[in-house]
Amino acid sequence: MPKKIMTVDDSASVRQMVSFTLRDAGYEVVEAADGKDALAKLNGNPVNMIITDLNMPNLDGIGLIKAVRTIPVMKFVPIIMLTTESQDSRKLEGKAAGATGWIVKPFKPEQLISVTKKVLGC
Amino acid sequence: MLDSHKQAFIEEAAELLVSLEYSLLELEQNPEDNEIIAKVFRALHTIKGSSGMFGFDDISIFTHDIETMFDLVRNGEISVTKELISLTLSARDQISAMLKETETQKFADDDITKELVVTFRNMVINTKFISEAAKNSQPADDETVADEEVQKSKSTYKIYFRPATNIFSTGANPLLLLNELKLLGNNIVCHHSEDIPDLENIQEEECYSGWDIIVSTLRDRDTIKDIFIFVEDDCQLTIEILDNTGKLDNENFYSFLESEIGKTTEADYKKLVAKYRLLEQDIQHIRKSEVPEKKKIIEKDDKQGDHDTATSIRVSAEKLDNLVNLVGELVTVQARLTQTANSANDPELVIVAEEVERLTWELRDSALNIRMLPIGTTFSKFKRLVRDLTQELGKEVELITTGGETELDKTVIERLNDPLVHIIRNSIDHGIELPKVREAAGKSRVGKVNLSATQSGGSVIIKIQDDGAGLDKEAIRVKAVSQGLISAETELKESELYSLIFTPGFSTAKKVTSISGRGVGMDVVKQAIDNLRGSVEIVSAKEAGSTIILKLPLTLAIIDGLLVQIGGDSFILPLSVVEECIELSDSDIEKVHGRNLVHIRGEIVPYIPLRKTFNIPGDRPLIEQVVISNVNGVRVGFAVDYVIGSHQTVLKNLGRVFKFVQGVSGATILGNGNVALILDILKIIQNAEAKEKLKVASAN
Repeated sequence: MPKKIMTVDDSASVRQMVSFTLRDAGYEVVEAADGKDALAKLNGNPVNMIITDLNMPNLDGIGLIKAVRTIPVMKFVPIIMLTTESQDSRKLEGKAAGATGWIVKPFKPEQLISVTKKVLGC
Repeated sequence: MLDSHKQAFIEEAAELLVSLEYSLLELEQNPEDNEIIAKVFRALHTIKGSSGMFGFDDISIFTHDIETMFDLVRNGEISVTKELISLTLSARDQISAMLKETETQKFADDDITKELVVTFRNMVINTKFISEAAKNSQPADDETVADEEVQKSKSTYKIYFRPATNIFSTGANPLLLLNELKLLGNNIVCHHSEDIPDLENIQEEECYSGWDIIVSTLRDRDTIKDIFIFVEDDCQLTIEILDNTGKLDNENFYSFLESEIGKTTEADYKKLVAKYRLLEQDIQHIRKSEVPEKKKIIEKDDKQGDHDTATSIRVSAEKLDNLVNLVGELVTVQARLTQTANSANDPELVIVAEEVERLTWELRDSALNIRMLPIGTTFSKFKRLVRDLTQELGKEVELITTGGETELDKTVIERLNDPLVHIIRNSIDHGIELPKVREAAGKSRVGKVNLSATQSGGSVIIKIQDDGAGLDKEAIRVKAVSQGLISAETELKESELYSLIFTPGFSTAKKVTSISGRGVGMDVVKQAIDNLRGSVEIVSAKEAGSTIILKLPLTLAIIDGLLVQIGGDSFILPLSVVEECIELSDSDIEKVHGRNLVHIRGEIVPYIPLRKTFNIPGDRPLIEQVVISNVNGVRVGFAVDYVIGSHQTVLKNLGRVFKFVQGVSGATILGNGNVALILDILKIIQNAEAKEKLKVASAN
């Protein structure tokens, strides 16, 4: 059973790149366009890990992380946020909300895989 | 990265740029609106982030400076000014140019880029937060390739790791971190269990454990620290180096530790190391051959698995056109199947044919639906146009758009762009008065241009309404007379008078501006709309403004047609212009003394006998049919032999040879394989009018 990872980003190209990379590495990927979309898709379909952007319409990354942590089955699931170097404060905010870690944009596919392996263990 | 990803990025970036432009213009209207500022920031942010990821480093670096500035705007440190918007708009154009450069291999002007960057930086620096800005204006760090000092020999580290008790709530798993450490080399892990409370006090969601890890590795201290990067802020972590000579990296040391640690809870590793060294000297002569290092097993992940499909995919327009063409062919074949089935009188075949018919229609509808796009994307472009125009002309104009969600065929939208640009330009240049003039006339300084789209049946109606001066009837008449378009005594209805402005070369503008007044434009508009099989109408009132109404078909590929027959030949009239059909007998013709006129509920409507127009041999049947059409508000009939009924018409071009044939806009293939010509009603009417005029002139 491959691990299921959700990628949340309002940029379709980033989403595409993330899911392409992860699928290539053998993971199953669910895409969501923003926090709201993500929560709707998570409803009843938990995933093993979430990779989310912070700046998004409707519901941003921080809001999503907070909301996900209130879902019992998703309480301990790793959540990785995508940030840029100019967002140190957002990083802390994200951690406080319950994010596991972060990836600094722009990133290379290899970095994405290594972080995924790191927090998922495989 | 694959090229297709790059392409997807370019397409997406182009969309982002459009929405960025829109947001910027919106922001100009409401400079205090934080939501719009956030939107602008988000767009910039995404462009920057993804461009870097897809190898557009120049765009990424360039956008970084704009983003920095908008970060300050977002924090309220810079206020939104007209200059700022203009600057950002030109930066937007530059990004767009940079994007195109990768597509066309032409290079955007580097000087402009540099100039813009400098302006942005200056703006940022001019705010109070010089130091912060300077810090931020460093472009994205090049990927920090961890400068791994490859040491000659393995070092042995002692790591103490005690995660925060709430580590699980962030989704982190300390065991994974330990596993990661173990991959570095020979190691031993010792668990600290002293903080684990009694069973009744345990909170099952908290972590009470700590670990000592001894590991020998070639990697440096930073690599070890990097493993804990996500948790280091809230955990206790110490990394000590026990030995850097490589002497401790062997099985003996670890088995020694294992036996020793079992005895002590709080192991003092430094002492243990010293003890081991002494011991090692003793056993040196009996050392066994080294046991080969454990090989890392890299698990290849299972590549199978269901892939979720994305919610939307991008498809090239060409593929879509191809699909619609195929559907068109299918519709034709289906019509033939239905006809064959009916004439074969085989009930089973009829059932199948009906099924196929139903499916084909559904397929046709969904295939055409794919090509539908909301017209709003085009609308947002005009905001920019209006802004640039008003600045150039010194007028104040507000563009209000409604119905942006109305959907139209992609091709129609594309071909609609230029005509709309012309119309809006004209409205602003000729229609809307200068602010002073407006005030004098008791209107508000700011002129309004309303751009709206609504769907009505099989067509879409686009209205461009301005509250300017309106069309000057007298000026149009005078001009038309002087250009010899009409004679001085011709009586014209208002709508006919207005439609004169669509004549090539016609302009009442007193002076020629860079924008309009050369008399090119409105005729082009008319031409373009005609080509789209649409119609244009003008409503105007002096001093109150004018409205231009465009009526366009939803799609170009397949239309609803009315199939008629004349002397065994089939013709199609576009159903969208057909109002009704009436019968015409010999006695009716006698009543009007052989003139081509019919009475319909008290109104006299002229008709064109198509049999005569097309020189079709044979006699007319006893009772002819007249199809009454309504083109641009004028009712004209077309006399035909028989009306067969409505017909799903798949448009086919006639080809180059027939390019100059007038009165026919295309052809379609009927169910029985015959060809039916699609009539260009407008052209036929125009030709008939011209002929009539000539007749009248020669009679005089």
